[in-house]
Parts: sequence; structure tokens; C-alpha cells
Amino acid sequence: MPFVTWLKRHLVVIAGLFTLAYLLLPNIVVTVFSFNKPKGRFNYQWQQFSTDAWKDPCGVADMCGSLSLSLQIAFWATVGATLLGTMIAFALVRYRFRARSAVNSLIFLPMAMPEVVMAASLLTLFLNMGARLGFWTILIAHIMFCLSFVVVAVKARVMSMDPRLEEAARDLYAGPVQTFLRVTLPIAAPGIAAGALLSFALSFDDFIITNFNAGSTVTFPMFVWGSAQRGTPVQINVIGTAMFLVAVLFVLVSMLITNRRNSQKA
Amino acid sequence: MTTDNSGDVRLSGISKTYDNGFTAVHPLDLTVPQGSFFALLGASGCGKTTTLRMIAGLEEPSTGTVHLGDQDVTLLPPYKRPVNTVFQSYALFPHLDIFENVAFGLRRRGIKSVKKQVEEMLELVQLGEQARKKPHQLSGGQQQRVAVARALINHPKVLLLDEPLGALDLKLRRQMQLELKRIQTEVGITFVHVTHDQEEAMTMADTVAVMNAGRVEQLGAPSDLYENPRTTFVANFLGTSNLIEAEVGTGNGDDLVLKAGGGKLILPRARCSAPATAGGKVLVGIRPEKIALTHADDAGTIPEGRNRLTGRIADASFIGVSTQYVIDSPVCDELAVYVQNVERDGRLVPGAEVVLHWSPAHTFGLDATQDIDAGVETVEEEAA
Amino acid sequence: MSTLQEAPPPLATAEPAKKSPRGRGRLTPYWLLLPGLLWLVVFFALPMIYQASTSVQTGSLEDGYKVTWHFATYWDALVEYWPQFLRSVLYAAAATVLCLLLGYPLAYLIAFRAGRWRNLIMVLVIAPFFTSFLIRTLAWKTILADSGPVVHALNSLHVLDLTSWIGWTSGDRVLATPLAVVCGLTYNFLPFMILPLYTSLERIDGRLHEAAGDLYAKPSTTFRKVTFPLSMPGVVSGTLLTFIPAAGDYVNAELLGSTDTRMIGNVIQTQFLRILDYPTAAALSFILMAAILLMVTVYIRRSGTEDLV
Repeated sequence: MPFVTWLKRHLVVIAGLFTLAYLLLPNIVVTVFSFNKPKGRFNYQWQQFSTDAWKDPCGVADMCGSLSLSLQIAFWATVGATLLGTMIAFALVRYRFRARSAVNSLIFLPMAMPEVVMAASLLTLFLNMGARLGFWTILIAHIMFCLSFVVVAVKARVMSMDPRLEEAARDLYAGPVQTFLRVTLPIAAPGIAAGALLSFALSFDDFIITNFNAGSTVTFPMFVWGSAQRGTPVQINVIGTAMFLVAVLFVLVSMLITNRRNSQKA
Repeated sequence: MTTDNSGDVRLSGISKTYDNGFTAVHPLDLTVPQGSFFALLGASGCGKTTTLRMIAGLEEPSTGTVHLGDQDVTLLPPYKRPVNTVFQSYALFPHLDIFENVAFGLRRRGIKSVKKQVEEMLELVQLGEQARKKPHQLSGGQQQRVAVARALINHPKVLLLDEPLGALDLKLRRQMQLELKRIQTEVGITFVHVTHDQEEAMTMADTVAVMNAGRVEQLGAPSDLYENPRTTFVANFLGTSNLIEAEVGTGNGDDLVLKAGGGKLILPRARCSAPATAGGKVLVGIRPEKIALTHADDAGTIPEGRNRLTGRIADASFIGVSTQYVIDSPVCDELAVYVQNVERDGRLVPGAEVVLHWSPAHTFGLDATQDIDAGVETVEEEAA
Repeated sequence: MSTLQEAPPPLATAEPAKKSPRGRGRLTPYWLLLPGLLWLVVFFALPMIYQASTSVQTGSLEDGYKVTWHFATYWDALVEYWPQFLRSVLYAAAATVLCLLLGYPLAYLIAFRAGRWRNLIMVLVIAPFFTSFLIRTLAWKTILADSGPVVHALNSLHVLDLTSWIGWTSGDRVLATPLAVVCGLTYNFLPFMILPLYTSLERIDGRLHEAAGDLYAKPSTTFRKVTFPLSMPGVVSGTLLTFIPAAGDYVNAELLGSTDTRMIGNVIQTQFLRILDYPTAAALSFILMAAILLMVTVYIRRSGTEDLV
């Protein structure tokens, strides 16, 4: 029974591709429905093909404002978390100091904590301090939960770095500052970049913590959440599709460049 | 010796004890004269790399001072010392190409026009074509030459080499040994070379210091160390030695007469590093290739005045250029004997009774209170 | 020629060991740690303490709250909301198991069978991240719509009969049922399962499979005795990364579920943002945190993997 043999051999491939389809199905739906022209306020049922939303992506009140706010917050949260997280990662890998395990748990806990718990407790703090909820409270929260992810990403990279490289730099007349700028930083860069990229994605897409600490400020995920109650404009799908395409394009181009560079040199 | 001594390395009472109490280097004094090729030889963990790192400034000595010429550099950070290092596994900067790796030191010292110098240096190590490649695109031997070029371009007073050939295969290693030796002769600067490979140390260095457990066991020219080891560690770590326990008999002028088993062995007094009082014990040493083998039937043909032992061949392995025998003798099991394959005696097969004989001038005497196997296992571990 | 002698041990009167100029470096790690740790202490640890204190306060929004050590809040919260707690744990556990079952073949496929497609599949796993997860969750409303092809197919295959028999769906609907919520949770956290699984599978030397085959292991035996045990670190961190956020999630329950599928996250959110009953909300979130930390600790101990960071 050749079919059964074939099935047995490729079972894992079939199952894997099924999972991949499961992962991609919503994105396909989002893309298809960005060309829909819904009848009512909700964009859940297919009516007819239309490119209206693509022609006027900012045609919905407040949506592009919230999008730009989310981008700003994600940018500054990335800058803050990457800076602070990289410093911690270097301290953890390169130095011996007391209270190491306490520091490690403080970094691990935010990742092991349900978002709703962090969100609620942070709100309690802000309420107690009488802080005005808005841009700054969102930014503070985002830096807080992105920090640990940066530490993990950078730490992995710095740990795999040969300490002799820094010794070689010092041996070749580079002072501490020069050694850091010319050798340590460039070699740690991929880890730092990974941490920064992760921070940006986490911050841009965060809903739960933002929802608690935003007050009346509306980020893009909050806009989507609100529209799920009031009515979902097609433009949401346009933004979602565009982000997906930009991401895939970005990755494919960078992969192509590294491939070409490697084949040129080999 | 040259009048310019700015390339002398002088270590005085230098030692290193780590925070955990482990002493890697016991206080030692060592002078490496300008322009010499000096090797620190020992098994891993013997303190040789720590010593090198203290000269480079990468490790702070617990006590003692480091002088380069007349300058005390003990407290200078590595980037202020006129010393450069070729690191184990090279430590080439992976994010810079070969050109920039070699130019690194020049640029850090604020030299603007580096192009000509770097190109000349790359020519010297025959890598002119590879300037724009990244380190991972080069072979091990090429990477090694980049590491040497990167250090040499700075015209250091002293070049430190930390197991620079350890990652290369045997054939390439032999080739690079000659290459390094050539470069050293050409540029004439002091080389301090750390290695665990005794052949490498002996081929390349003018002077070898054998280190063991944080101390220098013996220091001298390679042939000196080999022909006249003064400790069991040196005798075993450098090549192979047969060590036989013997009792000191009557002295006779320049020679000592020793009793081993039933026979007598003669040892020149000058070649005995142990205090030899009548009735005391010493270890008699003889290198395997110094011993000649004669079948017991022909014992009469052996000239007078040679040290002789009897034994039976336990094992023989044909190597090509020589045959290596293991011989059980009443005074000592498993004596090693290497015989050149010039005229092979067909009777010398396992089980044959033989007489081992050698010139007393090749015999050396060691203090019998030492561990007779010191340095033996370490060599095997390193080979494994 | 070179000279050598053993140096005499340093005398007591010898100058004291010179302090190196690099000694000031001892403070460097603390300066590096300070800003980031301060951030985490003030905006992560301190809020937890505030929350603990809020949970034992009584009072009202108008008159303000005071710490009265009113632990009864915890008891009341548990009595009133235990179904939501139980539901959170059940949904999260179901989603975690489904993630493992779905994620393992894909991670395995990427690690061992994808060949030159490996990078492309990796990109396809990660890329959906860049579309806001709320938008993607809303897409499930379309996919699972009552008149849609998925429900139709499940109906004609009598899968829905089975699921409604165990209480996961009701009638001919999938939306607004536990199945929809679990399906959404599984979808949302699947990449968090796949990535750690892939990382630990990728580290396995492919020759181990050949060695196992050489030693008379059938492919299935090879998987059970070699591959799966070696991928345990990935399984452990994958399940944690899935279970923890799933247990605290309220987005899927809100968008895909109904009032009968409310999880504890929904309750906390409502208490905090709509009812403004801060003590109860704080107590609930404290219970959730304690429960999860307890489960995680036990789980890590039992699976013997302490090194997760």
C-alpha cells in the first residue's frame, strides 16, 4: 500500500503545514476583507469587491491619529527599553556582583506574570500617585514590560561572545571606551537589534496593559478594540494587511541581501 | 648580547593568586633577553598562559613587577604597553575584514594613512589577495597569519604568542613553525611563545622554560633540556625517558658507579642533579634512542666501558624509520628502546633475550625522592 | 643568557600590593544595573505591593480607601468568581495542549524537514505578529461565522455534535462558545510554543537520529526515546509561555465568547475599569498571580529545568 507508506513518511510534514495554514488563515481573511464593501457597520461578511478602503486608508475618524500615537509610543519604548535592557545584560554577563539571583528574578518575573496582573497593579500605583493617565503612563508601562525581553536577547548574544576579542582590542591599543565602541558594541549589535525589534512589536501591539493605563488616550489596538463594539471599518483590515506585507517584504529583502553577500564572498 | 635592551622582558618575583585562593603562578624571576625566541612549555593549567597574560597586562600580578627594558610596566594597562599578543584561536574581530583587523592597532594609535603599511604587512604573510574578506572566510592557517600580521604591524618590543598553532592540523603546524621562526629572524623582536607541544617549543625556541604547577622546572636551550634534564618532570615531559632506580656505590673521580639490580652503571658526576652520597638512591635516566640492542648470543661483541642491562623483548612496533621496542628487564619493567632501521637483526622479536647497552656519557642522574612518573600522564592527556 | 631562580617569598615589609587604577571598575556593574532595575522596582515591584495593600482596604470611591486588613475580600472574591477562575485554568490548559499538539509538528518540520524552505516558513510563522493581534482575532469572527464554511463543514462531519455533547459548543454555533475562545487562545499563543520548540529541536544533532536508527530503533521509537526527551527544554518553556498569558487573557473571551465564557481576566478588567471596585479587583489579580506563580514553580521543579532566563 504505497499511499499508506507515503502518508506515514510525510505525516509530520502534512501536520506541520496544517498548523501553518491555521496560523496564516486569519491573515488571509484580513487581507481579503480589506477589499470588502460591507453593508452594515461590521466587516464580518463578504459583500462585494471594492478598493475604496485602500484609496482612503485614513478615512475613518481618529484611526490614523491612534496609529501615529502607537508608532510614537513604540519608538520611544524601544529606545528606552533597549538602552536600559542592554546595560543590564552587560552587567549580568560581564561582572560578578552581589544579589545576582535577586536581579535575575526581578527580570524574569515580568515575563512570567499575566499581563492583566501587571496592568492592574500598575494602574493601582498610578491612581495612588495621582498620575494623569495618558501618553507618559503608557510609555512607562511599555518600557517596563519590554525591558526583560531586551535583557534576554542581548544577554544571549553577549554570552556567546569570545572575551578574548575584547582582550585583543585592549592589546591593540584600544582604551576601554574604544574597545567598547569598536569591538563590543558591533559584535553585540545583532542581539541588541533583536531585542529592539521585539520591543517595538510588543509595544506596538500591546492592548491589555495599555487599556488599563491609557486613560482617555487611544492607541491603535485600543481603537480596534473599541471598533469591535461600535463597528469595524474596512480601513482596519487595510492597516493590518499593510503591516503584514511590510514585515514580510522587510524580512525577505534582508534575507536576499545576506544571501547575495554570502554568495559573492564565497 | 646586543647593547639595546629595550626589548628585554624582566619578571621579578611575579606571582598570581586568584580570589578563590588558587595560585596559578608561584613567585618567579625570569629574564628574556632582547631578540630571543623564548618558549614557555607545560601542560594545560601549569601557569604558562597566566605568566604570558601578566606580561601582556591582561592579568594583574599578585606580587612582583614586570619590566620591559628599563621601564616598569606592571601598572600599565595593556593598551599602553608596547607588547602585542597572538591569541589562542586568534580572536580576529568577526565584524571587520582582514584589512581592518590588521589596521586596528595603527588606527587606535591615531595613525591616519595605514594603507601602505597594512598592504606591506599582508604581503609579508602572503595574504595580499584576501584583504577584503571576513575572518570566517579564511582557512585556519590564513587566520593564524592574520593574527600574526595584526600584532606585528605595531612593531611591538615583544610579541607574545599564546598557543598560536594549537588549532591547526599537524602538517600545517610544522609549516607555520618554520614560518614564524623566519618572521622572527627577519623582524628581530623578542618572541615569547606559550605551548604545550614540546616538539614545537624545541624546534622554534632558543630558550625553553618548562613549567609545572606554577613553577619553572628547568630553563635552557632545547638540546640542554633534552640531553640533561634535571627533574623527572622534564625528563618525561620532553620526549621519553627510561628512569631506573639505582643505589650509589663508590665514587671514582668524575664518575659515579651505581648498582641497579645485579649490574653496575656508570654516571658522570657532572650529569647528576641529585646529591650523590654513597648508599643513597638516585634515578638513572637514559633516552630510548641512545640505547643499542644486541641479541644475548652476541653479548661478547659489546665493547667494554658501556653501561649494560639484560632483558627480554616484550613488544616491538615497526614505525618505518625506526623500530620501537618495549623491554622487560630485571631492574625495570617496560624500558623503551628506539632502534634506527639500518641493519635489522631478524632475531630481535618479542620473547628474544637481549642486552641493552649505551655510552655512560648519555646517562643522567635525578633525585630519587621525586615522583618517577611526573610529566608522563600529562603528555598523554594532552594527546588525547 | 636567561637567568632563573625561585624568588624568595615577599617579605612582610615589602610594599603593599599596589592598588590598580582599574580598581574603580568595581562599581561599574552597579551603575549599569541601576537605571533599569530602578525602573523595574518602581513600575513592577512597587505596584505589586500597592496592589497587595489595596486588596485589604475598605471604603468607597467617594470617601477614599483605608487599609483595614480586610482579608474577607479575598474570600468573597473566591466565592463569587470561582467559576471564572476554574474556566481560566481549563481554557488555558486546553489551549496549551492544543498548541503543543499543533506546534510540535511544525517546529519539527522547520528543524528537520524544511530544507531550503526553512527560512521562508520561519518568516511565515513570525510575520502574523506584525498585524495587530486584535485585528487577527476579529478575523476569527468571520472564519467561525454561523453561516460560514468552517461551521458548515464541522456540522456535516458531526464534530459539532461531539463538542456540544461535552459542552464546548451549543447547537449549530461555534462563535460565542468555549470552543471559539480556546481556538482563539490557541491561535494567539501558538508562535510562543513553536519558537522555543524549534530552538531546542534545532540544537539536536541530526546524526542522533541516524545513530538511533542504526541501533535498531524504529522512527517512532527514535522519536519517543531520543527526539522528544531532548526537546524537553523547549516543551517546558513553550508550555509556560503559552499557559501564563492564556490564563490571564480576556481579549479572546470578550471577542469570540459570550457571558458564559468569561475568564478571570474579564472579571478583573470589569472590576477595575467599569465597576471601580478596586479592593476586589486587586484581590482577584493577586490570587491569579499567586496561583500562576505556584503552578509555574511546581511545574518547573517537576520538569527539572530551572534555567529559563
